[in-house]
Amino acid sequence: MVNRFFSGIVAFGLLLTGCASNQKENISRLSLIQKRDELICGVSGKIPGFSFIERDGNYKGLDVDICKAFAAAIIGDSEKIQFRPLTAAERFLAIKTGDIDLLSRNTTFTLSRDSIGGNGLTFAPVVFHDGQGLMVKKESGIDSIQGLANKSICVGSGTTTEQNINDTFESLSIPYIPIKYQDLNQVVAGYLQGRCQAMTSDLSQLAAARSGFKNAKAHIILDDVLSKEPLAPASDGSEQKLADAMRWTIFALISAEEKGITQSNIDDKVQIAKNNPQLKSLRRFLGIDGSLGEKIGLRNDFVVNVIKTTGNYGEIYNRNLGTNSDVPIPRGLNEIYSKGGLHISPPFN
Amino acid sequence: MNRNQKIVFQIVLVLILFGLGAIFVNNLIINLIRTGIGFKFNWLIKPASFSLAEPPLPYSPSDSYAWALLMGWINSLKVIFSSLLLATFIGTLIGFLRVGKNSIFSMISAAYITVIRQTPLLIQLMCWYFVGFLSIKNNLFFNIRNIFNISNKGIEILGLHLSSEFSALLFGLSVFSSAFIAEVIRGGIKSVPIGQWEAYRSLGISEKQGFVKIIIPQALPAFVPGLTSQYLNLAKNSTLAIAVGYSDIYAINDTIINQTGRAVECFIILLFSFLILNLLITKIMGIINKSIMRSRI
Repeated sequence: MVNRFFSGIVAFGLLLTGCASNQKENISRLSLIQKRDELICGVSGKIPGFSFIERDGNYKGLDVDICKAFAAAIIGDSEKIQFRPLTAAERFLAIKTGDIDLLSRNTTFTLSRDSIGGNGLTFAPVVFHDGQGLMVKKESGIDSIQGLANKSICVGSGTTTEQNINDTFESLSIPYIPIKYQDLNQVVAGYLQGRCQAMTSDLSQLAAARSGFKNAKAHIILDDVLSKEPLAPASDGSEQKLADAMRWTIFALISAEEKGITQSNIDDKVQIAKNNPQLKSLRRFLGIDGSLGEKIGLRNDFVVNVIKTTGNYGEIYNRNLGTNSDVPIPRGLNEIYSKGGLHISPPFN
Repeated sequence: MNRNQKIVFQIVLVLILFGLGAIFVNNLIINLIRTGIGFKFNWLIKPASFSLAEPPLPYSPSDSYAWALLMGWINSLKVIFSSLLLATFIGTLIGFLRVGKNSIFSMISAAYITVIRQTPLLIQLMCWYFVGFLSIKNNLFFNIRNIFNISNKGIEILGLHLSSEFSALLFGLSVFSSAFIAEVIRGGIKSVPIGQWEAYRSLGISEKQGFVKIIIPQALPAFVPGLTSQYLNLAKNSTLAIAVGYSDIYAINDTIINQTGRAVECFIILLFSFLILNLLITKIMGIINKSIMRSRI
């Protein structure tokens, strides 16, 4: 018995070392990506509108377009991406071990995740402002959180969702029974089969799930919003250069929308900027003057590359979540600041 | 190979193994330092701040992570041991029917074994849960004077309530393992030489008596190793609980990893828990085996 226990421990130790990958040190992640000529991007792969595999086998969605923008900025080619579908529990370790370069997977920006004492990541600017909600069947007659006392609620395990629902119900002293599944698909199945009286998730995911129901009108999303869920891409906290490149790529998308630069008029704008030396700020933004790109380890005209590939933030939003898309979600907080939303870019100076 | 060559070969082998081990350990330490993951266990005493659907002991979100893990561990043991008993019962029954003389029963049990063994456990579990229990809806499927009833809330026996998650996992694991156990039982019985059957028949001992007193005692030693390995599999398979929403130790680990980010520590706890549990099962089966061998002599 003792012998076996000992050999078990040794074997387990070997197994663990097998998990550890051997990376070259002293080379920044950003140069590694450029050298590899490929970006490894962690996504969910299961949420329509954010990242979802289409019939033709390609990934599509807002998170996916953000990855493409990063690849266009860092490598100069949005096709050179390897997508890795990750579960909620896998995602952070995948960054820390270096299996993926960055995460673009509907991840909530929180203090613990962003800090060295916590998960040790660094978050890029928010790409989608979400909030957590509850969905119930119309026939149940439930119209507020109070109506859910002692009821079962289906929730995905290992997410901030799980913590928020607990915090909310505990602070209101309302008892409830959480039924936890690993995967959003199971949460939906459990809810539709009647195991739970309500399901909870981010509002965007509830809307996406409901769009696939047979009778979408029989389900209502309660007005109570349990939390703010700012979703943002993330990278390893020790990779400052990569974090800078990601941060300013997203600001470029937002800034382009502020300036009215789109995928279709980018060539004209470049021409206009070249012909008009007095348009200083536009020339700097498009990399004709100055060396803004160089300062963050990218080409000076990285913005042009990004906008040519994905369009500005508004175009990305409309393509994936706009009124004519498969998962329409009103823009609300996700408008740029001048239209009453929260997206704003610091100046490109 | 002469004696000296053998010694040199052994020494080289030991050196190679030692060297490989050193490289692995070195690699592990370097990587843990490089990624800044490191080992820490002080988070275990912090409040868990998540609630559980069916805690076996009093539990609230303000209890510690360690307590939450213990709840998961007890939940795991609950489902492992109850499925172990149920699987052994069903498996033995099917195994006996399979070798029995009644050809209809034999065919039915052969079909049962084939179907169950050729389909993945995960799909069977999902089937038990989503297609089985949850699709019963609200009307009672089965009800005998309120002593025993089945609904989409689970099973109710004499006031004992089993949730639908627990029930689905219990039946899924038991049915899956029973097919393998049935094959172990069949193999054990077939290992008794045909001469033994002929011998008791020629002595005029009845079929029932002969089977119970002559064949089974001789087949028992052949059951134990096969059963041990099936029990170990059953214990490990119980981690699929997360697929049907049952809060076993793996499901709770999953939540904790996400809240604390301490994946390496959590997996170490998980792996050690199962290592110890399975060594215990092996040990108990070893004791049973010894007592069987002793009683034969």
